[in-house]
Amino acid sequence: MAEAAGHAFASREVSGNKESGSPWIGQSIPRVEDSALLTGRGRFIDDLGVHPGTLHAAILRSPHAHADIVSIETSAAKRAQGVVAVLDGDDVKALTSSLVVGVKAPVECWPIAVGRVRYVGEPVAVVVATDRYLAEDAVDLIEVQYRARPAVIDPLAALRADAPVLHDGFGGNVASDRTFRYGNPEQAFASAAHRISIDIRYPRNSCTPIETYGLVADYDPGEDAYDVLANFQGPFSIHAVLSRALKVPGNRLRLRTPPDSGGSFGVKQGIFPYIVLIAAAARAAGRPVKWIEDRLEHLTASVSATNRATTLHAAVADDGRIHALDWDQIEDCGAHLRAPEPATLYRMHGNLTGAYDIRHLAVRNRVVVTNKTPTGLNRGFGGPQVYFALERLVQRIAVELGLDPLDVITRNLVAADAFPYRTASGALLDSGNYQEAIQRGVDEGKLAELKSRRDAARAQGRLYGIGFTAVVEPSVSNMGYITTVLTPAERRKAGPKNGAQATATVAIDPVGSVSVHVASVPQGQGHRTVLSQVVADVFGLTPGDVRVNTEIDTAKDAWSIASGNYASRFAPAVAGTAKLAAERIAVKLARVAASQLNTEADDIVFAGGQVRSKRNPDNKVSFSRVAGLSHWSPGALPDGIGQTIRETVFWSPPELTAPDDDDQINSSLCHGFIFDFCGVEIDRTTLQTRIDRYVTMHDCGTILHPAMVDGQIRGGFAQAVGAALYEEYAYGPDGSFLTGTFADYLLPTTAEIPDPFILHMQTPSPVTPLGSKGVGEGNCMSTPVCIANAVADALGVKDITLPLVPAKLAQAVRGAEPAPPAGRASGSVKKQSGDRRLHGEGEAVVSAPAERVWAMLLDPETLRAVIPGCHSVQKISDTHFRADVTIGIGPVKGRYRADVTLSDLDPPHAVTLGGSAEGALGFGGGEGRITLLPTGNGGTSIRYVYEAAIGGKVASIGGRLLDGAARVIIGQFFAALARQAGGGAADSSPSSLLLKLRRWFGGPR
Amino acid sequence: MKPAAFDYVRAQHLEEALEVLDREGTDARIVAGGQSLMAMLNMRLARPKTLIDIMRLPELAGIERKGNMIVIGAGVRQAALLAWPDLGGSLPLVALALPWTGHVQTRSRGTVCGSIAHADPSAELPLVLRALGGEVHLRSAKKRRRVAAKDFFSGMMATTRTDDELIEAVSLPAAAKRCAFREVARRHGDFAIVACAAVATADGVRLAVGGVADMPAARDFPRLEGGALDDALNDFAYELDARDDVHATARYRRDLVRMIGRDLVREVLQ
Repeated sequence: MAEAAGHAFASREVSGNKESGSPWIGQSIPRVEDSALLTGRGRFIDDLGVHPGTLHAAILRSPHAHADIVSIETSAAKRAQGVVAVLDGDDVKALTSSLVVGVKAPVECWPIAVGRVRYVGEPVAVVVATDRYLAEDAVDLIEVQYRARPAVIDPLAALRADAPVLHDGFGGNVASDRTFRYGNPEQAFASAAHRISIDIRYPRNSCTPIETYGLVADYDPGEDAYDVLANFQGPFSIHAVLSRALKVPGNRLRLRTPPDSGGSFGVKQGIFPYIVLIAAAARAAGRPVKWIEDRLEHLTASVSATNRATTLHAAVADDGRIHALDWDQIEDCGAHLRAPEPATLYRMHGNLTGAYDIRHLAVRNRVVVTNKTPTGLNRGFGGPQVYFALERLVQRIAVELGLDPLDVITRNLVAADAFPYRTASGALLDSGNYQEAIQRGVDEGKLAELKSRRDAARAQGRLYGIGFTAVVEPSVSNMGYITTVLTPAERRKAGPKNGAQATATVAIDPVGSVSVHVASVPQGQGHRTVLSQVVADVFGLTPGDVRVNTEIDTAKDAWSIASGNYASRFAPAVAGTAKLAAERIAVKLARVAASQLNTEADDIVFAGGQVRSKRNPDNKVSFSRVAGLSHWSPGALPDGIGQTIRETVFWSPPELTAPDDDDQINSSLCHGFIFDFCGVEIDRTTLQTRIDRYVTMHDCGTILHPAMVDGQIRGGFAQAVGAALYEEYAYGPDGSFLTGTFADYLLPTTAEIPDPFILHMQTPSPVTPLGSKGVGEGNCMSTPVCIANAVADALGVKDITLPLVPAKLAQAVRGAEPAPPAGRASGSVKKQSGDRRLHGEGEAVVSAPAERVWAMLLDPETLRAVIPGCHSVQKISDTHFRADVTIGIGPVKGRYRADVTLSDLDPPHAVTLGGSAEGALGFGGGEGRITLLPTGNGGTSIRYVYEAAIGGKVASIGGRLLDGAARVIIGQFFAALARQAGGGAADSSPSSLLLKLRRWFGGPR
Repeated sequence: MKPAAFDYVRAQHLEEALEVLDREGTDARIVAGGQSLMAMLNMRLARPKTLIDIMRLPELAGIERKGNMIVIGAGVRQAALLAWPDLGGSLPLVALALPWTGHVQTRSRGTVCGSIAHADPSAELPLVLRALGGEVHLRSAKKRRRVAAKDFFSGMMATTRTDDELIEAVSLPAAAKRCAFREVARRHGDFAIVACAAVATADGVRLAVGGVADMPAARDFPRLEGGALDDALNDFAYELDARDDVHATARYRRDLVRMIGRDLVREVLQ
């Protein structure tokens, strides 16, 4: 409440400033959004009421990364309490058409698996019931039989000829393969003194908003129309994708957004397949359906940034001057190429030379599909991937040529007098002075002091390094950049696509109060506040006089395909368009006022809530009187005014043209500049990276609201620290998803994020109405590689892979590990890198002879008794048994269908036991070789070695405990076997017997 | 992420809780602070038929000194123990380790005995119980028994508690003995990758390690220095049979046992 009270006070105070004539733009006024948010009155999608009778959906998802769906049995689910409808892929397919795919290929893309699953978490069936609990109960009753296929996870592996193929319509797994050539790269490389290269792998991560996806969909059969309320964020080009998929014209899909959003960072764009899925479910159920994604669903299967494998070569002179770059990028878009992908790869196409004046450029871009969650918008969108390669390479050039890394940066920068500067691949860098920004960053950020800190730390034997980056931050995407993925011939056939249309409406009511509407769908940034500042300045009002509405309703509002909240377009495009709309009314109001004040329109000024003559300030009339006239007395308006009630402006900058026949593309309208440097220390014991000091210098053109700009920088920085040090959507080699909770997908918290030292300079953009450029994504692009460069400096290593998991640095910092003491095995069985199969071995001694143990292994009754949690065993053949089992560790219990087979029988000495199990918590499979050796006293020693793999939900949630859990379960099996065989244990209590067996098993192995 | 249906019994007396537990056995689960169990219910990893809430039982609510032992009832929240005025004097190791257990928010709900019952291999309280040689007080409708820490934990999230038993309390020896604690996690408040507790013994030091083996492990070291200490720690590190997961490798865990172990042993022996 202190904030709300402060708001009122601050408003009065700043309105005093206003009388002195300073504009609202550039002031950090309190945010109009905050009093609702801070007092629990935000209106997020899950807070909004729904129509009576609204149903709730729950989704059954694939535990497999790649498998054919053999059968789906939904009858039990359909009969369950409260269930209204159950839809599988075929049902959804009957109601919809395939989502469009961004490249020319005969490939379908459905919002639910049709016949085959291609990633863990892919929807397989939707249950619609009277509440979410009952819907989830019914999900558990659906039985799906899968036939697993081999999965491909790594983008380079996906290129191999023998790789499993995901979609028949692509050539192998390659969805697109384009090469580009600008200038004369071959000659530049041939004549260069040095060719310096880097190979990098950029990991998968996401910005993970606190609010997950949510939507309510309804279908009106009378109108054949859908009404959808979703926390979708744009771009509204997706509206066309949705109406096509739902098989209605665009005017029969009303898409609305809630007033508040719990964050997006691009991610909410990825809700769109679920809009199709839930809308189809609403149509099938005949009632509105609501779905709120849960956190496990979100982390597993919402959307992710792309991971990318890049090889980058530079042709370099002795002094570090870069004459040419040769990019080879392999973009991993996951299992489906969903709109607007492969946009992540092409968003930066005009900026592949970064902040540098490099005239020769070769590019090969390949897009591959793998068995992972499909990718989509994510803060930074292509920038982190590009700059990680480019700026790591610049650091390598410095190391390999023995130069100062900052000198290599400054020697290559675009010259200060070269703006507007056209890059080799076609971006028009609109304005800037990179040299001055760097100089000020070095001076005001105290680089010299940081170097002393490094030297002092190193003198003490500490691992300390400094990293630098200089990046161009593009904003306001050209809707046409994505068509660079097509060949010029394909583009000519498809028709032009370009621009970045922004829309804003300003309206005045009868008492002269001003309303603004924009199609920007803010996700918490404070758009309403800034728009009130912008429009207040035009009309000489206070921001409190201007009310802003940012909800979107495609049935009623002005919008275009470029509408929405992405590509950092608010300040440069949307806010500027609101200014233009307000000015369009102000020009007319000036004429109205001039006629009332007996002066000329160019003598009119709007200030302090009044419209005055500049020459004679006492000659004035109140704003509300002039503004309301069009309502009360339209006949009194001067000729030719029309009306002053409402103006909608559609603005698209002329600079954003379609790609030309040479594939030159001005991929974004404006280009900010960021220069970062930081000092980091790696702890010698924990190997954790601590950011000692981080300096970030920004030039984002005209700053509209300084506190919000700093907020954007801090937020982007925090997410970038996450990307650098903590966050990864990790997959096992079998495609199991391993980071399904925030205990394993590690977001940095306030304890892990240092406060960056933020510096600004302002070079206005000549191509935006307010001179502003985007600022929201820059640190997501610059910070991961800046930290990586510092760590490379600290450790003196070439290869840095994010996230910087401390354990991965052990070899580089410490070399080989101390050997185990004599007589002790080296611990875990050696695993190949990335092998997630669980291995183990053990031994149990029982008093029964080997023949009896052997007979037991082949007897269903014994198996029923010894398989942990076994309810029944069915003998399929002499060597094949089917069991219904409950397996659990502690409170974690799940029921599974298990198949057990015996092979390689060598009675009564050895047998191979194979098993697979599938249930609601996931699946497992394994194989163990059991050897029976007679002991001296008539007993038998049962020795076993096993290899097992576990996937599905339990792997996503419990990765940390999985290995140990498997060992406990296998231990339980042999404990029970030993008990059954009269293992000599007097105490029959299972847990104490287990304890004894554990002592036998638990020794060195 | 909604739990499957379950019955909820808010026990009014300990006898009631024991009676329900006796009747329901493996299908029942005690809920105290719910900081691990509720998440498991919501993710449907656990689906007990009955939850028995013991937080209203006055007989489990206290922290008492009985001779040289501090007895902590099953209803005592972690935050309450952290705020107990005698903590630093009587249980200095707990005072060092407890702030590492979760976060302020989870400690204000989570209980001391609940964490021990859950037996997560990375948890601090089981580690402290093991390091100090405390006891778990188990009770069923039929009998009461006390189990030493080393016999209580039997594996990953597994203990020797039987299905009809609940933990009534744990007892820890009060001691002003020298002790030390250190933990490494990816972020503050995360599950420990390695947690080490060291306590002075009559002829040396006991080092207990969590987060590496399936359960907290301890070894008594005589007074050793230099290479002998390093060798003993190396042997211990390998004995724990460390594993890889998404956050750390087995080698990294062994490194931490060796390095932090050495620091703590020296610190306690000084």
